[in-house]
Amino acid sequence: MIHPTRRSVLKTGAFFTCCCLGQFSLARAQSAGRVALPVTEFEDGVFAFSGIPEMMSANNRGEICNVGFIVGEEAVAVVDSGGSVAEGRALIASIRAVSDKPIRYLINTHMHPDHIFGNAAFEDTGATVVGHQSLPRALASRGDYYLRSFRESLGASLMADVKIIPPTKLIAGEETLDLGKRQLTLKAWKPAHTDNDLTVFDQQSQALFTGDLCFIDHLPTMDGSLRGWMEQLETLKTINAKLAVPGHGPVPSKWPEALEVERRYFETLARDIRKSIADGVPMAEAVKTAAQSERPNWRLFDEYNERNATAAFAELEWE
Amino acid sequence: MTIVSTIRHNRIISVVLLTLLATAVPLAAGAQGTTVPASTTWTSLKGDVFGQKAVEPANGIITIEAPKRAEDAALVPIDLHFKTDATSGRIKTVTLIVDENPSPVAAVFKFGKDAGVTHLATRLRVNAYSYVRAIAETEDGKLHMTETFVKASGGCSAPALKNQDEAVASLGKMKLRVFPSSAPGSEPMTRATEMQLMIRHPNNSGLQMDQITRYYIPAHFIQGLTVSQGDRLIMSMEGGISISEDPNFRFEFDAKPGEDVKVEAADTEGKKFQNEWPLQSSSL
Repeated sequence: MIHPTRRSVLKTGAFFTCCCLGQFSLARAQSAGRVALPVTEFEDGVFAFSGIPEMMSANNRGEICNVGFIVGEEAVAVVDSGGSVAEGRALIASIRAVSDKPIRYLINTHMHPDHIFGNAAFEDTGATVVGHQSLPRALASRGDYYLRSFRESLGASLMADVKIIPPTKLIAGEETLDLGKRQLTLKAWKPAHTDNDLTVFDQQSQALFTGDLCFIDHLPTMDGSLRGWMEQLETLKTINAKLAVPGHGPVPSKWPEALEVERRYFETLARDIRKSIADGVPMAEAVKTAAQSERPNWRLFDEYNERNATAAFAELEWE
Repeated sequence: MTIVSTIRHNRIISVVLLTLLATAVPLAAGAQGTTVPASTTWTSLKGDVFGQKAVEPANGIITIEAPKRAEDAALVPIDLHFKTDATSGRIKTVTLIVDENPSPVAAVFKFGKDAGVTHLATRLRVNAYSYVRAIAETEDGKLHMTETFVKASGGCSAPALKNQDEAVASLGKMKLRVFPSSAPGSEPMTRATEMQLMIRHPNNSGLQMDQITRYYIPAHFIQGLTVSQGDRLIMSMEGGISISEDPNFRFEFDAKPGEDVKVEAADTEGKKFQNEWPLQSSSL
């Protein structure tokens, strides 16, 4: 069950590359016109693609986060649309490789471009876009900036079709979505990674899509509240899941062990920053040394740690 | 020119700027390898802010420090140091500008006659690859400019609020920290005191286009701030939307032990915030 790659890759690949089932691989999927995203069926009817731990670029098509879908008796729900419309389309191709049921919901776990830039690919599917009640507001204040700033890293051609498409079904607290004999529990969280984090729990398989509340391998990024994130890890870990799809990191990951690496990073970061604040060290200096002991444990540490430290400093100095 | 009119003026410019930025940013990025690009934006901006007045190089009268890359686009720390020059006299005002921001004038600071401010640190929003510049006006009326180039942050960092509900819920709350001069051998009543003033405020930019409604989100920011001790002005600020959320000022000045420090602030919605802190000689 934890080693499902071959089975599900076969399943996805079969639709398009029936002539070379035995040799199907990620590399082949990439060279074969990149039609479908190579997804893993790690539980019956639960599929996920493992994002590449890099910054979004034209080269990786923005495919840096984990995305997935769940197939019920009547319909399919998609969790995040990916970092480009091209990725969103490839995800739809993966779905169509295993199911012809309608895509009823496109769930956005939060506002970040790597999770929502593929939304436009789903416009013609009739899927209802679902998100945290604060997601529309967050997209209103950032969408324009995201569209401008990612032009450089993703390139004009990948950006051409990207549109900011906010959710129309909003989640406050907890709500259940039905896919036909398959219920998903959606939970809206208080500010943590962002102020619009949403998790998706499949009751049947006990699989949890954490969105970016869980990072493994890829350094977590701070765009909400460090304190809120640390506090809610306690609630998060009580979710009765067997396996999780983190926002970034191995698919699937063991639950709740998946939360341990980021918890250690947050504690280190908070401790270092609190000490600097107490000692009167200015922000610009404090962020250069904070959490450096965590450097060997993560990818993209240099890309994101100083930024996390900056956000943490601005938050924690109000304590 | 007051900052309000600068912003109003720039609001018109900004619509044009926003459209231009889409093409201008990648160009600036491309041109920028080891060297920094020419100050083309400043050339056209200068007249709007200072008219025909000559702007000279600072020659150490004012210096600016900022990270080379804006790690968090919403919180870019900026450090200014001032040196009084015998010929030009003391610094009366400092204008802080982020060339490529939709409303480039971040703030205008005025300093009290005997305030003796030698250092000022704050945090800015930086939207794109941009020069950040500080222009000091000295008593002789001359303008002295220093600048530094800041690269925009990578990834999904945006110059927007991280926790919007919290920003509104704690609006107007203030905090003042006094940093004791603890250097060994320093006099306990040393004249220069370092302080940090923090104000909770979303300091919302009015220039973010809501992609859904196509309207601009209304601006809501601190436009006026005064810090005084007793009845003497330490510094005042006319602020704009490029100052980060929860405006934060760390500065060094000549404190008079025993006199209260008073802060008054007003935002664009007409809300007024004020607070007073006794400044004990023991905290100096």
